[in-house]
Amino acid sequence: MSKQINVALIGNPNTGKTSVFNQLTGLNQKVGNYPGITVEKKEGICKLPRGVKAHIIDLPGTYSLNTTSLDESVAVELLLNKNDKDHPDLAIVISDVENLKRNLLLFTQIKDLKIPAILVINMADRMVRKGISLDIALLEKKLDTKIALVSTRKKTGIDRLKVLIADYKNLSIKPNLDMTVIAPEYFKSLQETFPNEDLYKLWLVITQDVNFMPLEKNLVKDASSFNTKSKSELKRLQQKETIKRYQFINSILKETYKVDINAAKGIKATLDKILTHKIFGYLIFFVILMTIFQAIYDWSSVPMDFIDETFAAASEWVKTSFPPGMLTNLIAEGILSGIGGIVIFIPQIAFLFLFISLLEESGYMSRVVFLMDRVMRPFGLSGKSIVPLISGTACAIPAVMATRTIENWKERLITILVTPFTTCSARLPVYLIIIALVIPEGRILGLGYQAMTLMLLYLIGFVAAILSAMVLNKILKIKSHTFFVMEMPNYKLPLFKNVAYTVWEKTKSFVFGAGKIILAISIILWFLGSNGFTDNYENAASIIENRIQEEGLSAFNQENIAKDIRTYQNALNDSISKNVYDLTPQQVSDSVHNFKQELHHKAKLQEIASYKLENSYIGNMGKAIEPMVQPLGYDWKIGIALITSFAAREVFVSTLATIYSVGSDEEDTIKNRMSAEVNADTNKPLFNLASGISLLLFYAFAMQCMSTLAIVKRETNSWKWPAAQLAFMSLFAYLVALIAYQLLK
Amino acid sequence: MSTSIAHLKPGQKGVIKEFPDDLLPIKLLELGCLPGNEVELVQIAPFKDPIYINVNGSHIAIRRSMALKIELDLIEDIQRV
Repeated sequence: MSKQINVALIGNPNTGKTSVFNQLTGLNQKVGNYPGITVEKKEGICKLPRGVKAHIIDLPGTYSLNTTSLDESVAVELLLNKNDKDHPDLAIVISDVENLKRNLLLFTQIKDLKIPAILVINMADRMVRKGISLDIALLEKKLDTKIALVSTRKKTGIDRLKVLIADYKNLSIKPNLDMTVIAPEYFKSLQETFPNEDLYKLWLVITQDVNFMPLEKNLVKDASSFNTKSKSELKRLQQKETIKRYQFINSILKETYKVDINAAKGIKATLDKILTHKIFGYLIFFVILMTIFQAIYDWSSVPMDFIDETFAAASEWVKTSFPPGMLTNLIAEGILSGIGGIVIFIPQIAFLFLFISLLEESGYMSRVVFLMDRVMRPFGLSGKSIVPLISGTACAIPAVMATRTIENWKERLITILVTPFTTCSARLPVYLIIIALVIPEGRILGLGYQAMTLMLLYLIGFVAAILSAMVLNKILKIKSHTFFVMEMPNYKLPLFKNVAYTVWEKTKSFVFGAGKIILAISIILWFLGSNGFTDNYENAASIIENRIQEEGLSAFNQENIAKDIRTYQNALNDSISKNVYDLTPQQVSDSVHNFKQELHHKAKLQEIASYKLENSYIGNMGKAIEPMVQPLGYDWKIGIALITSFAAREVFVSTLATIYSVGSDEEDTIKNRMSAEVNADTNKPLFNLASGISLLLFYAFAMQCMSTLAIVKRETNSWKWPAAQLAFMSLFAYLVALIAYQLLK
Repeated sequence: MSTSIAHLKPGQKGVIKEFPDDLLPIKLLELGCLPGNEVELVQIAPFKDPIYINVNGSHIAIRRSMALKIELDLIEDIQRV
């Protein structure tokens, strides 16, 4: 009977730590958050020789145990806290063969914590090309550890690593150096105050920058009882410690690590010159951005249409194959369309993360930040914010997920909060139909008014995002380090496996993280839209049938039917005169009659659906908010559409179609019906320039997307931010729409 | 000749001078920005900021404001003579 070995993977960023993790655990991994904070927690199971299993945690990348961010604190906390259930029996320090010197700094610190530690030297495949030679046996002896020389690219060395993990009990836990020599007096008094604690551990706790764990707070409280040091004194000691460690490392590497400088200079310098060039650099970045945009916007439309049709068909199938009733409706219209509303985002998310992980893996992302940092800084954004902001133009959901690459929490939060302002593709159907209704078709200087309006709306979205970022930058009081240090890693060919894992994992986390909320809200909206408390709702079918018998169909439907029949008749006559069909006058009149019956039946169903929606809970809500939306130039029907389109903006059009009792698949008919709609107060068309502009601006600014709210909740780990976003954006949208309508009317 | 990282031209090198303790964030020290280490300026971003350096084998980018603080003894570029 063997117990699971707890293993922590720790290492500098860009050392291929995640590749090692992927190779050790395969698909047996899960990604979550550490409780209460937004740091990603990755864990997995690895099978070792002799039936032993290891539980492996991939800790956030860190350069040392002197923490400056929440991510790093998580790593340090786990190493320090013996009571944590994940406290490692063994630490695996991942280093890369080219940056061994710097990577060893972290290794010596972990060794000094007296945790058994294995050193993995990754990217061994680069040694020959870079002219590096290593004396592993001597290095093992000097560092008092076991070393696995690994290449995740060539898949070598992992087996030896597994053997080393299984034998972890044979590892030495002697520290590498005695760092108390940097201030003997101070450490002596420290030891006297805490006789039972390990000195190096105490030192780490005292110098920790980010305080958030209980263990630490207690110790710091106690620490005030003895001769403490000022911040700058502590910092000097940290500097001394760093120098001391580098001295130790340099002395070891001198004997074990040889590099032939002539071989070293390579493609990196050339690529850097091109990719960060002041013209080519931006040009290349622009082309890459356009490709990404094209992928999310265009390439994903095929699978999205397929998903859309499949779910519509499934819903139809359920409706026809099960006995009609509440449950069938719940499945067909609530649950199935809710799940469809989640699945539909998968192509976009997968495409965006395919590209982002290619950019990250190849090392190009750092060059983007290098190029964009100065441009984005005045707005409180990071160079990395540019990718989410641009991909927000397709869809805010993958864009918000993409902010994970921004290390600085404040910059990341601001990016998350402003991204929904960019014009996503779901706004497009709303924009297009309203623009077609209220903006004249004329041209000025060769530019159509309608096209210009659309362009302006995109621009407004960007400006709103940038300006609110500036405001947020001023008002958000979040402690974050203002200094900026970024490693420029080597260029690497992305590993297919790593890219695939990222895409898979992001998609999974969307479906299971945000999906629950989206499904819940869809079901609520469905319930509100298909249930009512009044008799009118219950008896909708008979009321409408009576009305139709007394007054006939609505004027609009009658006109429409008459028009359709004329077209049908003409087409029929045309075919007869061209001898395509050979029909008697009786057959023609029968055919026309049948067609008329069909249209009549369809119109009746549409009018019933319209009446039902009007008298459902949502319909009542729409009527209730009419006084609120009237100053914006809307009536209760638009009010209903505003509420239902909270599920997703594009629902606006189909809701109006239902209310106006026209089939939702006939875009021209919807448009005609909308332009025929008259405002009851003014007797003018309801959709005029003033109310149209007001609606456009409302949709430009309002947070009409529950899926985005759900993903923001997931990414910020609290309801606070999505709630603030919803409140601010809705209020802002309302005010802007109000002002626009009142000025234009 | 004495100068700062921000004053280097691409390809130029210098050795970091002694600096006061609280000048730089600890992270920079760990990446190798320590007195006595050699710095090479690799590239300057289009708007003169940030600055991309190679210090002690670490390829890192820092902002101009930080680069101005790190003083150097310039290593005369022998290749160019």
